[in-house]
Amino acid sequence: MRPRGRGELDSLYFDYPHFDPPRRPEVEPQAPVAVVGAGPVGMVAALTLALHGVRSVLLDAKDTFNDGSRAICMSRSSYHFLDQLGIAAPFLEKSLGWTKARSFYRGRQILEFDMPDSADEKFRPMYNLQQQYIEAFLWKAVASAPLIETRWQSKVTGLDQRPGDAVLTVEDPSGSYALPACWVIAADGARSAVRGMCGLRLKGENHEGRYVIADVKMAHDYPTIRRALFDPVCRPGGTVLIHRQPDDIWRIDYQLREDETTEEATREENVRASVEGVLAEIGHGDGYDLEWWSVYSANTLLLDDYRHERVFFAGDSAHIVPIFGVRGLNNGIADGHNIGWKLAAVLNGKAGESLLDSYTPERRGATLDVFANASKSTRFMTPPSHGWRVMRDAALSLALSRESAGQLANPRQMTPHTYADSPATTPDDPGFDAGPIPGAMIRDVALGDGFLSDQLGKRLTLLAFDQPDFDVPPGLSVLRLPANGPVARAYGAVQESAYLVRPDLHVAARWRSVTEEKLLQALGRMAICEEETA
Amino acid sequence: MIQAELERVYEAMAEAIDAIGPKQGDVFLAKLALALAEDLGHTERVLEVIAECRGGLVRRD
Repeated sequence: MRPRGRGELDSLYFDYPHFDPPRRPEVEPQAPVAVVGAGPVGMVAALTLALHGVRSVLLDAKDTFNDGSRAICMSRSSYHFLDQLGIAAPFLEKSLGWTKARSFYRGRQILEFDMPDSADEKFRPMYNLQQQYIEAFLWKAVASAPLIETRWQSKVTGLDQRPGDAVLTVEDPSGSYALPACWVIAADGARSAVRGMCGLRLKGENHEGRYVIADVKMAHDYPTIRRALFDPVCRPGGTVLIHRQPDDIWRIDYQLREDETTEEATREENVRASVEGVLAEIGHGDGYDLEWWSVYSANTLLLDDYRHERVFFAGDSAHIVPIFGVRGLNNGIADGHNIGWKLAAVLNGKAGESLLDSYTPERRGATLDVFANASKSTRFMTPPSHGWRVMRDAALSLALSRESAGQLANPRQMTPHTYADSPATTPDDPGFDAGPIPGAMIRDVALGDGFLSDQLGKRLTLLAFDQPDFDVPPGLSVLRLPANGPVARAYGAVQESAYLVRPDLHVAARWRSVTEEKLLQALGRMAICEEETA
Repeated sequence: MIQAELERVYEAMAEAIDAIGPKQGDVFLAKLALALAEDLGHTERVLEVIAECRGGLVRRD
């Protein structure tokens, strides 16, 4: 929502584009992949497919980007995906990287913590950037990708699944038509129409806590450090979060009391009064412009299966997570990237369809992991009952005199999920005493003028420590590394050790002493076709 | 702990609960329990004492 007198897209700092309806062919050829929803998740999926040479049709019912700043935190792992797509530069230029967070209780700082970071990391743990910039930068890449055909103002109104393909009914200003596709990626958001057409429902819990998120433009001198205010003077018993964004925009999240109705709380005068209370509390007296606001509740909802026949669900269509762990967007991007490279491998004949069976366990597993962490954070931010509230208040009060208790107020931030239980992951070789385990995302290492991640291909890569004494299958990229260098040290590797790294930078397998047979077994688990690799 | 020492603790707690007032009594006691649990450094023992102290109290609502 925006202040009176300003339209829904009338931003103080961002010009929303207008996209015309598509010109489309008389006869629709079958698309290898139809991606429904041109938000961040759908665009990442389409760009990942294009990176691997697969054509897609990208559909969106709207004629512009999503309104408002929405998801504002992108994680290190998301930046790695953008980097692999070759489009990290505008994000790095515009966003604000951060490592530090502070928590306050009744105005006194009780905790300051730094997220893991080092000179070995190419990217910072977190970057703040408004979602419309995220969409604009992705769109620039999508619009110039010859393999992606985007159709705005195109609403999916029907879905007919058949053996071997799916036919979407699409409606645009010039009429309704059938669009056949070999596969469909449904990235059409929390109120996914495709999900409804498949007869599926999200399952889980609706939590009590509701938050208003409000963006204000103001000249405010504070570094990019996330602030959490517990039981502040302006909202006794509640919680307030403050994030800095580019363009002098500040995000203020504040919890609503049980007796505040959503309708009342989101009226402009009430939002202004609440924002002014927060600004007074943090000592900002120089005025502000109200930009945009919205309301959300801390839900944990997901699909039982992220696949329904030819349709894969990615992002909010598959899962709704509480925002405290900043995983809604980041997990959605990981979904889009995960299904993107896997579908591309299948469509390119490089992998069997059983590779796709790993999508749900990996990405649904990531959501369940978020739920476990987020419900701890949510219970702290929004205690669900008297007992949780008493303990929360006791921990906060104790944190004034003991740093250890402040750790209880440490919101668990995004770390990439480990696909240890995925059918595509080879169980660990017990010989290692360091390095990322199979299923985990790689740890970056500073290497020469750059980083290890710079040297990984878009394909499966074998990190081989000194030369393996067999011919590596031609479908693999090989990165040969010295057995006494910085990567070997960080990865616990010796001569003949090897790591098999997937296109999404997760470790598929590792061996202290690799053999051709072990490597082929690991590729078999991923259904990587023998004829392509042998 | 000899009887006289336990009595000192008993009295100090009674006085602290009164000084804090009924509205924050349970937060104070929870805070005290957390702090003592950390000082004791023995999670299993703390969980046993939590179970012990639940005994003998019945819900009155």
